[in-house]
Amino acid sequence: MPEPLLRIRNMDVTVRDKKGSEHKIVEDISFEVQPGEVIALIGESGSGKTTISLACMGYSRPGCYLTRGSVHLGDESVLEKSLSDLQKLRGQGITYVAQSAAASFNGAMKIGDQVTEIPVITGSMSKHQAQAKATELYKALELPNPEEIGSRYPHQVSGGQLQRLMAAMAMISDPKLLILDEPTTALDVTTQIEVLHSFKKLIHDNKMAAIYVTHDLSLVAQIADHILVLKDGKMVEYGATKQIISDPQHDYTKALMAAAHVMPEEIHAPLTITSRQPLLRVENVTAGYGPRRDVIALRDIDLTIEAGETVGVIGESGSGKTTLGRVISGLMRPSSGAVYLDGNQLKPTVAERPREELRQIQFAFQMADVALNPRQRLGKILSRPMRFYRGLSHREANREVARLLERVDLPTEFINRFPPELSGGQRQRVNLARALAAEPKLIICDEITSALDTIVAEQILDLLESLQDELGISYMFITHDIATVSKISERIAVMRHGRIVQQGPVNEVLTPPCHEYTQLLLNSVPEMRTDWLEGAVVERRELIRALDGISK
Amino acid sequence: MSLLEILAKRLIIGVATLLFVSVLVFAGTEILPGDVAHAILGQGATPELVAQIRDRLGLNDPLHVRYFVWLTNFVQGELGTSLANGADIIVEIERRGRNTAILAVTTAVIAVPLAVTLGLVAATRPGGIIDRIITSISLALISFPDFLVAVVLVTVFAIKLQWLPAIASIRPSYEFADWVRVLILPVTALSFTILAHMVRMTRSAVLSVLSSPAIEMAILKGVPRRRLLLRHALPNAFGPIINVVALNLAYLISGVVVIETLFNFPGLGRFMVEAVTNRDVPIVQACAMIFCSIYVLLNMAADILSIIANPRVRYKK
Repeated sequence: MPEPLLRIRNMDVTVRDKKGSEHKIVEDISFEVQPGEVIALIGESGSGKTTISLACMGYSRPGCYLTRGSVHLGDESVLEKSLSDLQKLRGQGITYVAQSAAASFNGAMKIGDQVTEIPVITGSMSKHQAQAKATELYKALELPNPEEIGSRYPHQVSGGQLQRLMAAMAMISDPKLLILDEPTTALDVTTQIEVLHSFKKLIHDNKMAAIYVTHDLSLVAQIADHILVLKDGKMVEYGATKQIISDPQHDYTKALMAAAHVMPEEIHAPLTITSRQPLLRVENVTAGYGPRRDVIALRDIDLTIEAGETVGVIGESGSGKTTLGRVISGLMRPSSGAVYLDGNQLKPTVAERPREELRQIQFAFQMADVALNPRQRLGKILSRPMRFYRGLSHREANREVARLLERVDLPTEFINRFPPELSGGQRQRVNLARALAAEPKLIICDEITSALDTIVAEQILDLLESLQDELGISYMFITHDIATVSKISERIAVMRHGRIVQQGPVNEVLTPPCHEYTQLLLNSVPEMRTDWLEGAVVERRELIRALDGISK
Repeated sequence: MSLLEILAKRLIIGVATLLFVSVLVFAGTEILPGDVAHAILGQGATPELVAQIRDRLGLNDPLHVRYFVWLTNFVQGELGTSLANGADIIVEIERRGRNTAILAVTTAVIAVPLAVTLGLVAATRPGGIIDRIITSISLALISFPDFLVAVVLVTVFAIKLQWLPAIASIRPSYEFADWVRVLILPVTALSFTILAHMVRMTRSAVLSVLSSPAIEMAILKGVPRRRLLLRHALPNAFGPIINVVALNLAYLISGVVVIETLFNFPGLGRFMVEAVTNRDVPIVQACAMIFCSIYVLLNMAADILSIIANPRVRYKK
């Protein structure tokens, strides 16, 4: 066994809150990273994976303390270093790629200056040398205009490019160890695999060691040699990647595997339509933003939703999928076209629609923690739509709230709780319950599972289906995630650049030959095998070329 | 919108504000009680003489005509003559204005860098002993009105200790050293009042930047502490800091009126106060317009600077 590069022994991290009471968020973690090896820390939010990766650099966020254990890089003890020695180590021995490059770059400094900052200020390279090296890295990471991109400011390049630029920043001093914290999570799905591929190549070509932090097991299968599964700050399972994905031992790992982001094996059969007219019909809708509404977000959209049906609307950021939801619910006025509910044309905006029409179409937003008033008890949040739309009395509404909470599988005592006291999944249930309280015929669900951990998201999808069976409501399910959408929908519409490029029953749309863009989305869903990435990247590039041909 | 368009728009808004201010100043002095002709003639006002003077001064013309005549003259620098002694107003304003400029600029040159430094120092260790000293002293200073600070300073340094003069009158024969002696107390009093706001704003702006992911990233990539503050945190806190500095410099102008009166300093502020007592309307109008213009210009300069300092606006995608 060679000497490990990084050795973590019995590490505890403790949080001290304002009242001075302490609790451990990371407990008794030990692992090693060998030279040239990639180890993945995997777990859901709150599992301590970011805290552990930061601790490897001797860093803890404000309020957190490394209370026990040791971190050794080679034979140096990281935790015993002085602050100024640590800063040297961080710049050169261990480097870090953060989750959101857009937030992590300094907006007031040129990208190139930030990438070359550390070697230049430590004097290990001249400015000229550092710039040349940076350009090399930009080329290796397949960034466009490698000669020129460094002279731009962060807001001038795309999120995917920034993420790669941040990798260049981490690589410039030839670190011994690279820490990647969810480096592709903030990216569009079709960009994600390209960036992942760049990282893999870079790590491999430079024979570096890396710690890859993520919640996505199928992604990690592409890049890691070993996987460390974390839950609530404790190690659950630790082993070679192949072993973990083919033969997980612990129940939690099995649950993670089951909820992983892969295409479902079974998809819904289309509904047999009995009624003569659809519940909702969107006809020839065009809409735009800006003072003259000339920034077109939707073009000539036609869409129908039947009663009791789930229609998935899928696309990447900027495809117009959320705008479509806003037009249907009356939050935004279309510049032409119309929306019909049960055959009656709806007024274009919320202000003009009668209450009864408003009641029938409800909206569930992505961020339940932002959408729910943190200073109102659940009882108030849920009873208000009942009294507003259905004219229930105070007492009737309270009784209904209790029933509604049961329906979304929350305990009835929650009636007196405030939203911040709930977990993310529970809040999303309340968010759904709030929409249900109006007894609508259609709920527009805008990315309601995107911010949730995979296992919790799975539970919300189950809840949606059982509510549909029970109440016969329809959903318009807006998402960027083709795997999720194909689990829940009967029909889907694929959107790109404000148009629906393909729509129909799930089985037809997703069965080849499909539209190039649909194929690209399908191609971007990681498969749970270790050799998937290389093939997918090749196919992706061909599809992009074909799509560019179509756009022109 | 391009940078030029944004700047042009801001300039137009600035000019429009100034025009609006001129209407207010003109209207304000119009509705002041008392008649200018009466004021000029004093005791010897007979109805014939009053009518004659009103006619000569154009006071019988309709309001809007007089406004435009006044505004055109003002823009051309013709501020008219003092009603009290017939002296050319612009000459006096130049002389007094120079004194006020010395007082205000000295205060700004001392207070602004001091405030930004103190704010930055306080922000480096929030909750630390230095931070607590700086924030509590600045809180105390905010709570005291400027005239009280001035009176306390005079009582201690001029009356009890007798180190410095209590009155800041200026003689043509004054050398640099005399100026310094005279200015110390008024400048200190003015600095105290504007310092506190700027310190607190700098501190909170820098603190909010310091808790951003960009700063965590800079720490994790090994940027040394000093550079972290000066190169990564400060430029991103620039916008709010510029604005509070401008606001306080503008406040300096009104503070100057109080402090000049207190110290009997022959500046523009005292000039205006004297004119108000004498009902010398042209001087009041001229001074009011100058103060307002400086106020508007400072705020406009702050907006333009923070627009230029922001690369998101400077460079389009």
